[in-house]
Amino acid sequence: MIRLERRPAPSRAWTVATPLLAVALTMVAGGLLFAALGKDPVAAIRTIFWDPLFNDQFAAYSRPQLLVKAGPLILIAIGLSLGFRANIWNIGAEGQYIIGAICGAGVGLAFYPSESWLVFPLMVIAGGLGGWAWAMIPAILKTRFQTNEILVSLLLVYVAEQILASMSLGLMRNPEGGGFPGSRNFQQYPAASNPELIAGTGMHWGVVAAFVAVIGAYVLLNRHMLGFHIRLTGQSPRAARFAGVRPTRLVLFCLGASGALAGLAGLFEVSGPAGQISIDFNQGYGFTAIIVAFLGRLHPVGILLAGLLMALTYIGGELAQFMLGLPAAAIQLFQGMLLFFLLGVDVLSNFRIRLGRREAA
Amino acid sequence: MKLTSILAGAALALGLAGAATAQDKTKVGFVFVGPIGDGGWTYEHNQGRLAVEEEFGDAVETIYQENVPEGADAERVLTQMALSGADLIFTTSFGYMDPTINVAQKFPDVKFEHATGYKRADNVGTYSARFYEGRAVQGHIAGKLTESNIIGYIASFPIPEVIRGINSAYIHAKKANPDVEFKVIWAYTWFDPAKEADAAQALIEQGADVILQHTDSTAPQAAAEKAGDVYTFGQASDMAEYAPMPRVSSIIDNWAPYYIDRVQAVIDGTWESDDTWDGIGPGMVGIGEISSAVPEDVKAEALALKEAIANGDYHPFTGPLNKQDGTAWLAEGETADDGTLLGMNFYVEGLTGSIPQ
Repeated sequence: MIRLERRPAPSRAWTVATPLLAVALTMVAGGLLFAALGKDPVAAIRTIFWDPLFNDQFAAYSRPQLLVKAGPLILIAIGLSLGFRANIWNIGAEGQYIIGAICGAGVGLAFYPSESWLVFPLMVIAGGLGGWAWAMIPAILKTRFQTNEILVSLLLVYVAEQILASMSLGLMRNPEGGGFPGSRNFQQYPAASNPELIAGTGMHWGVVAAFVAVIGAYVLLNRHMLGFHIRLTGQSPRAARFAGVRPTRLVLFCLGASGALAGLAGLFEVSGPAGQISIDFNQGYGFTAIIVAFLGRLHPVGILLAGLLMALTYIGGELAQFMLGLPAAAIQLFQGMLLFFLLGVDVLSNFRIRLGRREAA
Repeated sequence: MKLTSILAGAALALGLAGAATAQDKTKVGFVFVGPIGDGGWTYEHNQGRLAVEEEFGDAVETIYQENVPEGADAERVLTQMALSGADLIFTTSFGYMDPTINVAQKFPDVKFEHATGYKRADNVGTYSARFYEGRAVQGHIAGKLTESNIIGYIASFPIPEVIRGINSAYIHAKKANPDVEFKVIWAYTWFDPAKEADAAQALIEQGADVILQHTDSTAPQAAAEKAGDVYTFGQASDMAEYAPMPRVSSIIDNWAPYYIDRVQAVIDGTWESDDTWDGIGPGMVGIGEISSAVPEDVKAEALALKEAIANGDYHPFTGPLNKQDGTAWLAEGETADDGTLLGMNFYVEGLTGSIPQ
């Protein structure tokens, strides 16, 4: 008979090992899924995990793309992880991402066609502030009226989407776009664009910001009083109060920081890879980042790796679709399995598996 | 570091070889905005792809990717397709325009065909169908069928293509029934069954008993079927599974002849960038079987209208026509030029509401 015994403290070894185990299990179950669809499972797994990195034909292009795709995921997930550690649940990063992009792009478009070097820094500030302000709505509602930040932040995503549609059809529409929705393309507006910093590397300011955020979060959590308060609140809210944590300020900080980072991610995306404000500018980075945050165990370095892994499944998944004719839904299922297995094997870090009968206590 | 190195090791262990495929075949790629099973727009493009496979057999290999978002992701998908050795790539949604142009610059030897756009290059051609011709026939039937005199219209994005369809349908519904009124809902999506069903429901609640759609799923058909006495039309694809009611007819996009033609041109080395805009006449736009729910005389009129458009006797945008604000657009007997139609950003006189700005 198998039974589970709670560990006195989560196992450190398993905490590190479970993500790897989850990836391995996903490969196995995914392989079975692909085999059931009549595809060669080994080829499919290889196309998803290996070809984007090392295939002669694609790797030179897809390796940098990994950074492009992972950048916003990591940036948003770092912000979310701060709140998640303190049991403050910002589910609306997608909305903060949109508003950050709109505010930043708005500043850039307002100065069109300026050539001043100041335009881009101003856009960055506006993007961060936009995301921060959007996150302040659930934060203030929570601290003043005890509303649930999960619901408020999530529902504000849909409000943000409506604002996005309105902006791309109205205020920000490209006057030279022949009546089609969407703003001017920042790639043709050098002072406001966020290009590759070194050609062929995929590095743009958003990726740089993601790396800075990883380091910043690491320092904050391990070396700073505020980081200690965040961790303490997550582990024991009562003890945190005795230690002098002010919950209101913590809520404002965590939601504000995650909103600002999501807003920055949106700004870097709209001025870089996406190029313009358009109706369907947001592609779900804000939601995928939640998976990334948990896949990375809410640890800055873990999030960095998880973001890269998630980006790999996206890019490899696209390759697998047209190289092997796998349906898009199978790839999404495959990504879903990753989170499922991760949460499933999580039990190993909190519990010990015992074989045999329960001993008398 | 640890995670990536272990991943790399795992991938190594899975075994690999440079997966170079034979390159003597002509490789044709398709990028789809929806799933190939949407039953509408993407479904028909995929039928075109299958027709190419059937026509050329082993001489051609087709690859495709579905559900590709219109934006940064599209550019990556296109680049990867070009890198995989595609000779010709069809990008089948309006929003792929800039990505197609960008990627085409990087791959001068690969040919691109972009559907419904207006930007071309030496290796980028564009193609579209004159769906507004089909809308005219639809509008006529809708005007005759409605009893509440309210026709609902589920529009996608306020771009010229969609506005053209609304205008054409309205002009001909109005001719068939002077009391007719259009209610337009903008769904801001090409494919989202839940949103489309909501829109259909809202229109039915506002009294519409005929619903036209410029979105790709069959959700509005299902909503109409549930309501019972509401008529709909298949969009992009025949949607015959909903005939004879609620689906009374349809506009069918038939891309197969065009795709076969263009693939042949690439094989022959005669491909050149151009702009194709074909309608009912050349067969790019088809009118699906008009079902038994439509009275015989209306059916005969609709078929006559279709015939007149097909052989060029009649243009759906023939004056006298005014713009919504009352200013004159086309004089008696004058027909619209393609330039105006391609950039159409105004309603014709009689339509209520405004195009979202």
